[in-house]
Formats: sequence, structure tokens, C-alpha cells
Amino acid sequence: MSILQVKNASKHFGRLVAVNGVSLTVEPGELRAVIGPNGAGKTTFFNLISGFFPPTSGSIVFDGRDITDFSEHRRVEMGMARTFQITEIFPELTARENVRVAVEVACGARMKPWLAAAAKRRVAARVDELLEMGGIAAMADRLVGELSHGDQRATEIMMSLALNPRLLLLDEPTAGMGDQETYHVTKLIRRLHKDQKLSIVLIEHDMRVIFHLADRIMVLAEGAVLAEGTPDEIAANERVQAAYLGKAA
Amino acid sequence: MNAIQHAGAPAVAPNPVAILRERAFTLVVWLALLTMPYWMGAVGGYTELASRVVIMGLAAMALNFLLGFTGVLSFGQAAYFGLGAYGTAMTIKYLVPSTPLALLVGIAVASVAAMVIGFLIRKLRGVYFAMVTIAFGQVFYFITFRWNNVTGGDDGLTGWRRQPLHLGFADIDLLAHDKVFYYFALAVFALCVAVMAFILRSPFGRTLIAIRENERRARFLGIPVEQHIWLSFVISGLFASVAGGLYALLSNFVDPRALRWDMSGNFVIMAVLGGMRSFWGPLIGAAIFVVLQDFVSSRTENWMSFVGVFFMLVVLFFPRGVLGIFKRRTSK
Repeated sequence: MSILQVKNASKHFGRLVAVNGVSLTVEPGELRAVIGPNGAGKTTFFNLISGFFPPTSGSIVFDGRDITDFSEHRRVEMGMARTFQITEIFPELTARENVRVAVEVACGARMKPWLAAAAKRRVAARVDELLEMGGIAAMADRLVGELSHGDQRATEIMMSLALNPRLLLLDEPTAGMGDQETYHVTKLIRRLHKDQKLSIVLIEHDMRVIFHLADRIMVLAEGAVLAEGTPDEIAANERVQAAYLGKAA
Repeated sequence: MNAIQHAGAPAVAPNPVAILRERAFTLVVWLALLTMPYWMGAVGGYTELASRVVIMGLAAMALNFLLGFTGVLSFGQAAYFGLGAYGTAMTIKYLVPSTPLALLVGIAVASVAAMVIGFLIRKLRGVYFAMVTIAFGQVFYFITFRWNNVTGGDDGLTGWRRQPLHLGFADIDLLAHDKVFYYFALAVFALCVAVMAFILRSPFGRTLIAIRENERRARFLGIPVEQHIWLSFVISGLFASVAGGLYALLSNFVDPRALRWDMSGNFVIMAVLGGMRSFWGPLIGAAIFVVLQDFVSSRTENWMSFVGVFFMLVVLFFPRGVLGIFKRRTSK
């Protein structure tokens, strides 16, 4: 069974059609990249999947259930997590506290007035594990707002991972990063995909990152699907080259 | 990092010096509160003024639970403060002559109001939230103002007084001496403050701070933000109503100004003045406000303009409040 099925989704803002009848199927364990020129509707499409706003028409099926009308937090409970194009974190908390909130919510403690000692230890161990995996253990007790862009991004990804997602939505995870940081984050995503068999949908501009990571690529242009296929097929596609790669290269 | 800012919501592993500094500060606050009636006179105050500091401090800290630790500005907390005050006063006057029972009735009435109103406005944000809380607050103001034969209207509710406490093993006459009532108020204050600090250190409390820091991130971590803001609003209203009940008991009197919008504004001023990112900040703000009010209003009617100037100076030069000054100095 597919982990995610978007069927003919559209989003209108007044008279502007941001997303126009886009369908997408993601298989478990797949890493799917969504690319396209600026204004192609990639982020809007992500917002439809994650429940930021409802689609004007079409439906979204996650793990066999129609979630079109579900709130964001119910989608998270079902195992969908996302990051944002502009990193969204809790700037005045430490990296550790950032991840801890996510771990506590994931273990169902968000309404609890206290945690038993055993639960507290489990949370702390999980937080340590995630900080280690994200390569941010060394700066765990610094305010996350003071960290480098790459470390902030790693923190955000680790917070999403703390939710034990079965589908991870990453919106331009390497946007605004230098080569070193891009390499660091790409390696992290690759590990999540290869080692943890996590299903990932990724919006990205950096072609090196995409061709390095993606199993399949979907190309959006002006709100509609322009092409879909393996990285090689997309690279060879003349319409894609005309609309996107040609200009980017 | 720094002690003051994180008091009440400490980092997971802050450095030991910060922990020590935080504990030392908390100790100083409690020592000052415990001895206040004995030195208030020496610095030109009196016991009733000390009681007012504690009561207004509780109200400002209750507001700050919502403002400083959830990131939501209510300009109508006086409604719950006032409902607590009227609930307490009217219970003693019309129903049962019992101080603790009257307080509980006042708290219950105000909490139910906060639940209903909070539920209606939980999806609003920013200025809209603040405006609607003012509007709801004014509704209660006009009810108490107009409903003369029950609330006493503009003249206030008189003809009742706080009742002795019957503890089973001993009776405490709260009326006999100002100091007795001060310690009664301080005990209630301590209980409320302890509960608030406890909530802020809990997983639930951390979701509130998460919402303050970044609502969008909190939402996409799976926190139903509206539900949590609603709960925070109710908790804030509940503790504001405790302060209101004590306020009525302090003067054996309550009038509609207790729930007018400018009272709500005073709570916001106290919180911002003292430092809304710190747990104790609003108490310090309330102390400054109440003492300044008492000191200046005995010399001129325009006391509010002095408070206003002081407020502007603090906001302009120390945006993190009076405790922010302290924090800046100690963190260097």
C-alpha cells in the first residue's frame, strides 16, 4: 500500500490557481523530490499535504486513510512530520529543549503535569540519541537561536524525527546553506532514507542534492505536473530542460 | 545561560552557577515576602500596602502565565480578578459567612467564565485576542455597575467583612490585625505561585513555552495549539480570580473598578515593568507599581503620569523589564 496518495489536488487563492490538479503517489521507503521553478506551487502543495490549509478540491490519502479534513496535529499523530523552508524552531530555548518538547509530545505527554522518573529517563535518552544523530550534541545546551543555520536546520529535522514519522516532508532543507552545511544535511537525509527506510518527500533547488538523493522526481510548473520519473529520465526530458534545468544551468 | 530569565522554566542542563543564582534569587524573594510587614513601616509603608503588593503580584503573575509563558496578550484579566472579588464578597454577604468558602465560590465563578470566554476566543491572535478580551471584560464591568440592588453598583459592595478562619484546632481572626491577614494572603499566594511554577516545569508547561516561541512549529509538532491556549487562559483566569478574592477581603469592599479595563491594563503594565520573561518579574513590577501609586498619589492626583513616565523609561531602555536590568548586569 502506498504511504501517501494525493489525488487531483487543487488550491485556489481567489482567482490565483496555485496548485492545479496535482496527483502524487509515494511508496513506503521512497525518497521523492519535488522540483520546479519559483512560484511553481511546491510549497503550497506541501501545505496541502501537511494540513496547513485545506485543498480547494481533490483528496489526500495517508496510510490508507482519507485525511483531507484532518487537522495538522492529527496528521502528526498519524505519523506525518514536516520542516519549513524558513527554519521553524524555538529560538530562545536550547537545542536540547527544542528536541525534548518534540519527544514529550511524541510519547503522548503533552497534557501531563509530570512524568514518572522512568519516563523522564526514557525521554532524556531519546533526546540524547536524536541530538547525537543530528550531529548537534556538542551544542545541545546553547540557545538554538545562536547556532549556525546548518545546526538550526539539523535541530528542526531532529524535532520532526522525534515524532517517529512514517513520512517526512522536507521543504528546501539546504536553502541558504554553504557547501559544507549542504553536504552535512544531505548526508543526514541520506542516512534517514537508507538506514531508517523513512519515506521522504523533499522540495529542493540544489540539483546536486536531488540527483544524489531522490528515487523519483516530480517536476511542477505553474501549479501543474510537468514531468515525473527517475532522476535520469528527468535529466533527459526536454520539456523539463526547457522549463527548468536549462534556465538553472 | 542566565538565572532570572529561566526561573520557573529552567533549561534541561543549565550551568551550576545559573542554578545556584536562580535558587538564591528565589530565596531572597521569599525572605523579603516573609518579613515584609516588619520592614514595610521602616521604609514608609504599612502592612496593608504589603498585602496589596502580594495580591497585585499574584494577579500580575497570573496574567504573565498567559502573556510571558504562552505568548498570548489578554487585556481583560480584570474580568476574572473582579469576578473572583465579587464572587467572594457576595458569598459572604448573601450566602455563607465563611472566608475560605467564599474564596472558592469566587474562583469557581471566574473559572467558569474564563472557560466559556476562552473557548469562544481561542482561535484569535494578537490584537484581535486582546481587543475581544477587553470587550468581554467590559461586559462584566457594566453588569456590576448597573445591577445596583445586588452589586451595590458604582458605590461598591459594602456591609460585609472577612470572616474568621475555623481550622478545627484553632480559630484565626483575620480581622483582628493587619499582619494576620497579610500572612493569610501570603499563604494563598505561595500555594498559587507554587502551582504555577510546577505547571511551567511540566511537559504541559513546556508546550506553552513552545507555543510562545513559535506557534507554527508547535502546531506541526502535533500540539493542538487552540486547546493549549484555552487551558492556559483558564489557568491564568483562575489565579487572577484568587487575587481578586483576596483583594475584596483586604478592604472588606469591592467596586466595579476592580473589573474595569484599566485594571487589566495595570496588570499588563506590572508584568512588562517587572519583566514578563521572568517568573518573578511581574511581582517586582507589581511592587513598584503599588508602592509608586501609594507614594505619589498621597502627593498629587496625577500619580498615573509618574507611573507612565517610569514605565516608558523602563520599556525604552530595558525592554526586558526591571529584572532584565539585573539579568544584563549579572550575565556579563
